[in-house]
Amino acid sequence: MNYTWNWGIFQEPSPEGAGTYADMLLSGLSWTIATALASWVIAFSLGSVIGVMRTLPSRAANAVGAAYVELFRNVPLLVQMFLWYFVLPELLPAGLGTAVKQLPDAPFYTAVLCLGFFTASRVAEQVRAGIQSLPRGQRMAGTAMGFTTVQTYRYVLLPNAYRIILPPLTSEFLNNLKNTSVALTIGLLELTARARSMQEFSFQVFEAFTAATILYLLLNLVVIAGATLLERTVAVPGAR
Amino acid sequence: MTTDPMTSAPMTSAPVTSAPQPAAAGGSMIAIEAVSKWYGEFRVLSGCSTAVSRGEVVVVCGPSGSGKSTLLKCVNALETFQEGQITVDGTRVRDRATNLPRLRARVGMVFQHFELFPHLSVIDNLTLAPRKVLGRSKEAATKRGLDLLARVGLSAHAQKHPGQLSGGQQQRVAIARALAMDPVVMLFDEPTSALDPEMVGEVLDVMVELARDGMTMMVVTHEMGFARKVADRVVFMDRGEIVEDVAKDTFFDRPRSERAQQFLSKILAH
Amino acid sequence: MFANFDFSVIGASLPYLFGQGMVFTLTLTALAATGGIVFGTLLAMMRLSSIPGLTHAAKLYVELMRSLPLVLVIFWFYFLVPYIGAWATGSATPIQVGAFSSALITFTLFEAAYFAEIMRAGIQSIPRGQTAAARALGMSYAQTMRLVVLPQALRNMLPLLLTQTIVLFQDTSLVYVLSLTDFLGAASKVAQRDGRLVEMYLFAALVYFAVCFTASLLVRRLQARTAIVR
Repeated sequence: MNYTWNWGIFQEPSPEGAGTYADMLLSGLSWTIATALASWVIAFSLGSVIGVMRTLPSRAANAVGAAYVELFRNVPLLVQMFLWYFVLPELLPAGLGTAVKQLPDAPFYTAVLCLGFFTASRVAEQVRAGIQSLPRGQRMAGTAMGFTTVQTYRYVLLPNAYRIILPPLTSEFLNNLKNTSVALTIGLLELTARARSMQEFSFQVFEAFTAATILYLLLNLVVIAGATLLERTVAVPGAR
Repeated sequence: MTTDPMTSAPMTSAPVTSAPQPAAAGGSMIAIEAVSKWYGEFRVLSGCSTAVSRGEVVVVCGPSGSGKSTLLKCVNALETFQEGQITVDGTRVRDRATNLPRLRARVGMVFQHFELFPHLSVIDNLTLAPRKVLGRSKEAATKRGLDLLARVGLSAHAQKHPGQLSGGQQQRVAIARALAMDPVVMLFDEPTSALDPEMVGEVLDVMVELARDGMTMMVVTHEMGFARKVADRVVFMDRGEIVEDVAKDTFFDRPRSERAQQFLSKILAH
Repeated sequence: MFANFDFSVIGASLPYLFGQGMVFTLTLTALAATGGIVFGTLLAMMRLSSIPGLTHAAKLYVELMRSLPLVLVIFWFYFLVPYIGAWATGSATPIQVGAFSSALITFTLFEAAYFAEIMRAGIQSIPRGQTAAARALGMSYAQTMRLVVLPQALRNMLPLLLTQTIVLFQDTSLVYVLSLTDFLGAASKVAQRDGRLVEMYLFAALVYFAVCFTASLLVRRLQARTAIVR
């Protein structure tokens, strides 16, 4: 094989002017983290609402929740990304559409919305499963104490459901983190995109991808460590 | 989210009125009048009528599937019913104008499987509803909660979580949790049938004491020893109907219906 | 709202979209799913074997793949496969691999990690007594697996394997980053050529939705039926 390794490449200045290739990758890493966190806020809150709707006795709430999940689960993420980025601004009133297109960091905001709504459908399924796994009597006990439906969810059902679904929520968080890379197609300069441009500029393809791989693995480890810590903190004494 | 799970089912012919209603027949705490309930085509309750007076202890018994638990849950509207009326301390249960959470806050309930909130400590289980539903201060709720824990003999366990207690202890906590709301009546839904035999006694002791203190109680149970000791009346149900509704001694000594005789001979045989 | 849009562009490009794009997508999905399930089953058996080396190698592979974004893996293999090919054939220069082969290798190896986890759960769900009974009848390890354990595991896990295949079908759209002409790639090319992004992307979304929604309904029906049998 005639590939020439050059691990020193990271110290060399990138053709973008300021900084080295290492700086370029780290800037990509920070966009990846920012996108993952911001979209998770949407995914977690919206997903919780949708998931709760699917456990309410109201048939209408159920149908809306189910429709949301089916819609966002059955269209590829990349297509959704294009819909948010290319299609939505065209469907808005002309002035607003133009404003959206000219927004600085438009790829970032688009990616956050797209990933947030996409991951929400997956969080919703976990929240629903968590609530449904609780004994039926818990809801009854809350109701019998005089709690309203909102209070029953707030004080009884959700605190228990979230504890149960913490492991699957962690993997949804990791999926969301990995999915940020799809946003390179709409021009988000996240980690994979930066590794790809480093490869194009320097031709040191394997160094670039190895570095990106290591950074993703580190992110995974940090998230898993954090989740383990969280699990330990919220663990209920005496729980089986 | 204003839909209450228990009121979203269709109700027939409930008059909409918010006028205060006179307490039903002769100062009854609970008046159950001609209550019928269907699951689709299947009739689970047919024309049930009975009453529980203030300070009275009524034991409801009958074979499994007889509708006794369902009838009990109709009293605080955990179950809906399509015909008849139940009045609790002057408030009609099947009435759109009734604020069900407020009604339920005044009716204590103890479940077969305890249903303590597993993520909260024992004392938090006792103070959650008084604070969030009755609006009591944390201090007042805690003080009352600790008093009640002492009363059921579990002061030492206030900071533990339900998962760290035995079944009998959990059910005693559940009784204390219901009492923390200062209910006017207590409902018990087979409170000892999920317990290991050696723990039944400690729970029944608490219930006996409660009855002797004058609490109004409606108790679904198979514990005939408890019924003999503290019940004023026994209601015997079978296939969704109230077959007998008589004084305790009458029920045990001279049950009129054949079904009650059969039931008693089975349950007292061992 | 759609006054400015021209949906006739869809009709005009249907032969291209389906004849070329969808055929590519379905071929890639079918081949990668088959390869992924075979390799994934192998990984699952390695992971459940009692040979520490194999167990760890399989675990490492699965965890690595599952930790990385698919887009990065697509790029990795796109550049790596020519070198692996050169190494395997003893060639001095990187050998040319078609973009389709590169995508097929990528998706097979990537999805195998996900199929492996499903198959591992499937194999573990078979009671130990089944293995014991097969061994008692004199079957070898390979026979036990092939004739007794795997058929049952596959049947139990069929709904999950199919669901993962629907995910794979959606994932293949990411070959867009290699400028391949899968269904989305075809739609995208028409969209760029005719300046009809809104029409083409909405149509693409609709087609993906129709296919995936129908498929997942069928899987659910299958699941209900197998649940009754067991």
